[in-house]
Amino acid sequence: MTSFIEEIRKELSERLPNIKLRLVRASILIENPKDLTQVVFYLKENPRFLLDYLSSITAVDYLDYLESVYHLYSMEKKQGPVVLRVRVSKTDTTIPSLIPIYHGAELQEREAYDTFGIIYEGHPNLKRLFMWDGFEGYPLRKDYEQEDSEILETADIEWLESKGIGITNEVKEKAKQMKMENKRAAAQKPEKPRN
Amino acid sequence: MTNFPSKRKSSGIKQWDHVYTSSVQNAPSHHWLKIFGAGALKGMVVTLKNFVTSYFRKPDQGGIFTVQYPEERYPEIENYRNLPFLVYDGSPDKVRCVACGICERECPPKCIYITMETDVAGKPVRKPAVFDIDYAVCMNCGICEEVCPFDSIFMDHVFEIASPRRIDTGMIRHQEDLLKSSEYLQKIRPKTATMIDEKKRAAEEKKKAVVKPPQGPTV
Amino acid sequence: MTQVENRHPSETLEINFGPQHPSTHGVFRMQMLLDGEKICSLKPVLGYLHRNHEQIAENITYAASMAYTDRLDYLNAMTNNFAYAIAVEKLAGIEVPERAEYIRVIMAELARLVNHITVIGFLLNDMGAFFTPLLYAFREREKILDIFEEVSGSRMMCNYFRFGGVKRDLTTENLTAIMQIVRRFPAFLEEFEALLTKNEILCMRCQNVGILPANLAVNSSITGPVLRASGVNYDIRKVDGYSIYKRFDFRIPLGEKGDVYDRYFVRILEMRESLKILYQALNKIPQGEFLNKKTLPFLKMPRNFKPAVGEAYGRIESPKGELGFYLVSDGTPQPWRYHVRAPSLINLTVLEDICIGQKVADAIIILGSIDIVLGETDR
Repeated sequence: MTSFIEEIRKELSERLPNIKLRLVRASILIENPKDLTQVVFYLKENPRFLLDYLSSITAVDYLDYLESVYHLYSMEKKQGPVVLRVRVSKTDTTIPSLIPIYHGAELQEREAYDTFGIIYEGHPNLKRLFMWDGFEGYPLRKDYEQEDSEILETADIEWLESKGIGITNEVKEKAKQMKMENKRAAAQKPEKPRN
Repeated sequence: MTNFPSKRKSSGIKQWDHVYTSSVQNAPSHHWLKIFGAGALKGMVVTLKNFVTSYFRKPDQGGIFTVQYPEERYPEIENYRNLPFLVYDGSPDKVRCVACGICERECPPKCIYITMETDVAGKPVRKPAVFDIDYAVCMNCGICEEVCPFDSIFMDHVFEIASPRRIDTGMIRHQEDLLKSSEYLQKIRPKTATMIDEKKRAAEEKKKAVVKPPQGPTV
Repeated sequence: MTQVENRHPSETLEINFGPQHPSTHGVFRMQMLLDGEKICSLKPVLGYLHRNHEQIAENITYAASMAYTDRLDYLNAMTNNFAYAIAVEKLAGIEVPERAEYIRVIMAELARLVNHITVIGFLLNDMGAFFTPLLYAFREREKILDIFEEVSGSRMMCNYFRFGGVKRDLTTENLTAIMQIVRRFPAFLEEFEALLTKNEILCMRCQNVGILPANLAVNSSITGPVLRASGVNYDIRKVDGYSIYKRFDFRIPLGEKGDVYDRYFVRILEMRESLKILYQALNKIPQGEFLNKKTLPFLKMPRNFKPAVGEAYGRIESPKGELGFYLVSDGTPQPWRYHVRAPSLINLTVLEDICIGQKVADAIIILGSIDIVLGETDR
């Protein structure tokens, strides 16, 4: 398996010398995200590899950076996987979309955008897939703060009262204070991971 | 124009990774089979055959297998798991559980809540003071049973647990509702119970043979 | 005769199909733009059953996630367990004993039978053959689910696989019961095919509807029976030969056109091949361990199971397509990243392409033939 990756890396560095590559855990890391489409297109069209099947796109949060991982296979030659990685910083999360090359990237890129906030440039319909449109934050990032469902906010209290459900003054005061401080009801994160 | 089935050369599949002959494709095609509607008629014969034979056949061979539920019941399968319960030996105060809290930690939806009992001096006693299971949250995975080192929590066969309320006496079950005797376990899970009893007996005999100070469980 | 222009200039109509509609197989919404009966555009809207499965799994132990994978594709929990077990075993380098491999294959193929008969039953339901084929299918499914209940304790939420084996051994009675099912199943399939395969109504509804060309299917990452119905020979059981599939003699049915009829028929033929695998596996199953003894401590203490830092992508041919689990470990009891490559989500990519130009009623059977389960689509 590693030799196959090695072979691909060799081929790529010979034919596309301008693109910086690095081997990470038996996979190819493309240093500059902008080069992704070029590499993928080359691997897809090259008769030696013919990676015509994009199995999976996913993202990983490594705290310092976000990583988008691509698993490519060849249906024609029945070989694979070739794992490609692209790293972006958390502030500028733009990666070129693979939709022009693989139609199958559509929903998977939307999913990665929804959960990690990676912006796939060139995606025709980059909307949230599972969450609703007004949702804030990216739930699978490690710094995502979960909403505390035990604490009521003013909007919740208004909604509950419109349905005729009585709320104690204590809870109302708390909500008011939170609104004054302009805070959301974020769940307290445990100090250490739950054992 | 709609596509009449006989205009297709085969019944769909021609390519294989090598040649395949389905029994359907092999069936002799009499000319009357090519009449439009013959396929549907053949299907109706199947339904008619099923309708008639369902009265004569055994339930597992295509007969009527309806079980008139509240009066009749399907035989219980030993390995069936539904919701957890606690086992005691002899009387309800001899609980097998020592409140080690492993099931509480390992429960994926976190539906178990345990606190350890303390004696008058405030020293912890190996016995649960509170043992609550939220049946509404439990997802019947059986992990608590698997991880329990003291064979005290098991999955029950009870499934009629409907309740008008979720909290309080509804779906949250306290220790006194959860406790069931080891005879009950023997009744619903004979194989498991016998295995555990044998294991215990062997351990006791070993203990008798080698007298050594009691050691606490390492949690 | 003069030609009468009978086509009035019409407005397009936007309708929301679902999420509360029995034909969408769950809570799935299709935003359709219609011109008369013809579909001009179709956008799938997902997320009504979203429960952030991936984040739940990142906060619990590896072993506890096994119970959650049952809830992905709830029609065949066995194959979901299989894929997850394979991914974790790859990650941690656990070996599986011989007998356990056989048990796994038997369970996975039984799950394939369950899935395919159910899907065909529901497809016929969508077509208007109200419940007769579905109940015939369910009659057989019930027998297989009884086996699942006997071995795993639950009919659908099996939670049967463990890392390095399975939870319980198969007894001789179980094996004879499975053998009996395998022996009787071909008779049921004959009956089912006599009812359906050459039925003119089914042929007219299905043939040439929702044609998916092979190149579009490959480009859209379609997998499973939908891909093979388009004539692409790609079955992960053959390609990867994971577990012990390389030892069995079976063939891959391929469709000719890629229409709904081919998808139906590929599934029927796949069931026959599954029976072949089952027959061989049941005859060859050896005696021995059903669980790798080295993993026993992890069963009692799942928190001690800490795979080394690394990542793994394990994939299997689930009845719906390629089901893959991408796991990243950071050396703690919880996975750092846990991703599910869900076939029923990715197979939906192509839904719009094959529905455009078809009638509304056809869109329903196309969706039925793609075979989605919303538990897996939305996660």
